[in-house]
Amino acid sequence: MMPAWAKRWRLRALETVARCVPFALLVLRIILRWLPPALLALGIAAPFLLPSFQVQLTFLWIMIVFALCWDILGGQMGYNSFGNIAFFGIGVYTATIVQIGLFQDVAAYTAAAGMQTISLTPDQYFEGLFIGLAAAPVLAVIVAVVLGLALLDLRGHYFAIATLGLGIAAGELAAAWTFVGGSSGVQVPVYPGSLQSGRLLFYFLSAALCITTFITLRWLYTTRFGLAINAIRDDEDKAEALGLHTTRYKIIAWCIGAVFLGLAGGLVGHIIGFIDPREVAFAGASFGVWMILMAILGGKGTLWGPVIGAVIFHVMRELFWTYLFGWQNVAMGVLIVVVVVFFPFGILGWLRRRYPQLFVRDAAQPGAAE
Amino acid sequence: MDNLLLLFQAPPLALQLLIDGVLIGAVFALAAYGLALVWGVMNIINVCQGEYVMLGGYVALYVAHAGFSPFLGIPAAMIALFVVGWLGYRLVIFRIVERDLFISLLATFGLSILLGQFMNLGFGANIETLDAHLGTWFLLGGMVTVAQIKVVALAVTLVIAGLLIAFMRRSRLGQAIRATAQNARAARILGVDTDRVYAMTYALNAAVCGAAGALVAMIWVISPFGGLIYTVRAFMIVVLAGLGNLAGVIVAALGLGAAEQFVGFILGAQFQIAFVFLALVAILILRSWRLRWQRRYLT
Repeated sequence: MMPAWAKRWRLRALETVARCVPFALLVLRIILRWLPPALLALGIAAPFLLPSFQVQLTFLWIMIVFALCWDILGGQMGYNSFGNIAFFGIGVYTATIVQIGLFQDVAAYTAAAGMQTISLTPDQYFEGLFIGLAAAPVLAVIVAVVLGLALLDLRGHYFAIATLGLGIAAGELAAAWTFVGGSSGVQVPVYPGSLQSGRLLFYFLSAALCITTFITLRWLYTTRFGLAINAIRDDEDKAEALGLHTTRYKIIAWCIGAVFLGLAGGLVGHIIGFIDPREVAFAGASFGVWMILMAILGGKGTLWGPVIGAVIFHVMRELFWTYLFGWQNVAMGVLIVVVVVFFPFGILGWLRRRYPQLFVRDAAQPGAAE
Repeated sequence: MDNLLLLFQAPPLALQLLIDGVLIGAVFALAAYGLALVWGVMNIINVCQGEYVMLGGYVALYVAHAGFSPFLGIPAAMIALFVVGWLGYRLVIFRIVERDLFISLLATFGLSILLGQFMNLGFGANIETLDAHLGTWFLLGGMVTVAQIKVVALAVTLVIAGLLIAFMRRSRLGQAIRATAQNARAARILGVDTDRVYAMTYALNAAVCGAAGALVAMIWVISPFGGLIYTVRAFMIVVLAGLGNLAGVIVAALGLGAAEQFVGFILGAQFQIAFVFLALVAILILRSWRLRWQRRYLT
């Protein structure tokens, strides 16, 4: 048993903590308010402050895009997709194949399997890069519409398993299609400038993509579209009975995810420099699951949740790679199971249950708005 | 398409593919039956099904390497996987039994990645196979070959399936499992220890997968990351057959095995895995269209 004096002190300590909570909440609100501009400044300065981590920082932005895009369907619309990686892979291949195809014979290049080097002049490179990056989301959206018409009729776990099959089938098809290099993959054209400038270019392109995604989604979730997809999540049959064109909204949501994932794919191909069909482009068992995990870790169905989840997850992943080398993939598997089993509502979900007053939507608190 | 013509010109070849496919499909039926069991009783879609199959294969492989008969590997794999399944339930699965289906899907997917990585570390990334030292029958003057091990696999599958059915019908635990599947709450009120039933169901499923894995190691190959395709096959078979339809499971499994062989031959082996996953997507889409058509018919 606890002695009486200890009980008294424990009570007093708890009272003090309880008295501090409103103050702490105020501080938190102020921090939240200034968080976005501070993060933006940090994002711009980061590659110069931490030059040796440039590639990891670039991937951090991409990871945030992944998590945000998964959350459109998984969190906001309640359709848990395991196959979003397919749009990413389409983006990876489209951007590179278009860039090569504008100036060379693709079939001959891929048949040589890396033995034939490609030499583009800087003008050709950038022309190809931007046309490729424009083509990637277009193709991803076309595929998304076709697949969406068929797949978005499925409900619950049937949808989840069908998309899981879709992501892996896409990878296997790419690995069997010799025009795009088959299972030996494609060598991406080398950036014509110095290594450092190339890294910075792709860093800022990734950052721009991520910020655009975030702002677009933040705006979309405040519109009628956001309400509609939330209604589909809460009760699809009722939403349809109330006159909502659920199929249309579902396909639009799926396409928005595809646009940003396609763009992210186009960038990642250039960042990694080599496309492997199963390990890079259609990596269903790594990136495909991670994007779900990041959204869940941060709190699915919230705007900031995927961002927070992606940052924490990415840092943990890099730590695993550094300190648990050889066991890093085991650690990732443990992380997935632990997060899903013990924290299915994520960090923001837990905060929202504990301190609902933080999540009151008002105009003065853009950072705190969900 | 040349291969397609070849099939018509040489009917024995088609017969060969059919026999191979049907015999391999029998092994799929085992994993599919386990999946249907766990799905029906616990309402969990066990995505690490395929990893249990691979793990069973490795157990059989090590039993054979230790100098025992390869066929001893089948019961050994069943016992080892029973323990693995029981541990899996006690460590992870019991926390997700009565939760959201998506959580169980993702958690078992995480388990499957974890098991794949452990197998990769423990047994190496190579593709392995187990030679059962059985001969081959030559039919139709040598045009059709039947590996005896595949026939043995079919027989073992039938024996295990028969034992399972008898177990579910007759034994006390089997009755408890069926009662829990019908209504877990009522079973609990009537004194069934549902937690134990769940643990046994899950462990039994793992054991069945282990037996399937030992057979896969003997008639085909096993690799640490080759599990997912068995999960998908099992899921596809269960969706085709419907939950709790054992005869349907066997027919669908044999059909899938044969279809895979034909597609692998006609389009080339590199399309075989893609075919399995695309078939899964296609079957689910067709299922949803059928449901929609039925709904339209009702209204």
